[in-house]
Amino acid sequence: MTHPPYLSPGYKSTVLRAPAQELVMPKLGPDSVELASPVFGHQELGRLDEDLTVQHPGEPLGERIVVTGRVLDGQGRPVRGTLVEVWQANAAGRYAHLGDIHPAPLDPNFTGAGRCLTDDDGRYRFVTIKPGAYPWRNHHNAWRPAHIHFSVFGTAFTQRLITQMYFPGDPLFAYDPIFQSIPDERAREKLICRFDMDTTEPEWALGYQWDIVLGDTPMEA
Amino acid sequence: MTTASHDGAPGPTPSQTVGPFFGYALPYETGPRVVPGWRPDAIDVRGRVLDGAGEPVPDALLEIWQADESGRIPRRPGGIVRDGHDFSGFGRCGTDADGAFWFTTVKPGAVGDGAPCIAVLVFARGLLKPVFTRLYFPEDETAHAADPLLGAVPAERRATLIAAREGERRYRFDIRLQGDRETVFLGF
Ligand SMILES: [Fe+2]
Repeated sequence: MTHPPYLSPGYKSTVLRAPAQELVMPKLGPDSVELASPVFGHQELGRLDEDLTVQHPGEPLGERIVVTGRVLDGQGRPVRGTLVEVWQANAAGRYAHLGDIHPAPLDPNFTGAGRCLTDDDGRYRFVTIKPGAYPWRNHHNAWRPAHIHFSVFGTAFTQRLITQMYFPGDPLFAYDPIFQSIPDERAREKLICRFDMDTTEPEWALGYQWDIVLGDTPMEA
Repeated sequence: MTTASHDGAPGPTPSQTVGPFFGYALPYETGPRVVPGWRPDAIDVRGRVLDGAGEPVPDALLEIWQADESGRIPRRPGGIVRDGHDFSGFGRCGTDADGAFWFTTVKPGAVGDGAPCIAVLVFARGLLKPVFTRLYFPEDETAHAADPLLGAVPAERRATLIAAREGERRYRFDIRLQGDRETVFLGF
């Protein structure tokens, strides 16, 4: 089982939000609209959307990183021209969101939102700052491992995926009910990017590789 | 279907919750306005997302995707930067403090044997993967009787997939994630 179940009581917000009834699976499967995907174009994206470190007058604080990888389908083929959106906390673990009350500093030079379209190899690439871990109120002393939120479209609306990318060796993995909501350990590891010296840029930024594989649908068990 | 990723493990990338802090990143001003309100065939869809206690879900993200008024599947960009006449078929709206969302769009034409409907995805804090549903229109009762999906839904739950008429070209579609009158969610 790849995807987490809806109900995962360790993650408290699932208790009142997880559907309790069985999902309905029509005999004929998705219709032709659901098997198609919205199309997005380069003209809809901003020039600075791929580099989260240049969206303000000054440079953001923190460790500059390059995060890149390919969006692939279940057969390993590249998914071209698909919209990839990311958002994340700053280096101190604070989101530029009004609802984030973590008493860590905001960075006036970092918003933490980006987007791009994959190229002909299905590749995306972002320059950003390594996000900090942050506390949340799920349970006593609850901390989220550092992560970047990813949103990907794919070639069918049924493939639509929103997930989180984590960094290698994070000591918080064992304590995080969101990461641990994925029952299978090997499936969990798919969310951890890989440090890559070839992606690392001398005198500039560490590089990480992370591929995203789109199955038929995340709604499956 | 399985595949090998870089570590040799089979299968797709797992889903994780959208969390509570997407609001400054994913919604955009024109997201809910799939077509401009001045189009004579524009319709308004409004609704709320409610949890298992009947409380509003103020941090949900809805996405809709649909055919155009004649049942054609859109193949052109324009879901983010709307130019006012091209139809991209995609809409996105975050819920407000009351769990409320809205879209201005057109009623899709029928596609294949199905009754006219709009695909709806809901993401939220507390949803480790999205819920997928469909919005059907109340005036299409005859087509509903022959719709392959509605036919697979227990009769007593079917109404959760059909929007309520609220006026001329206005519909209400509430989404109940859990509990009493829980919306029918699809397993694909
Ligand atoms: Fe987060």
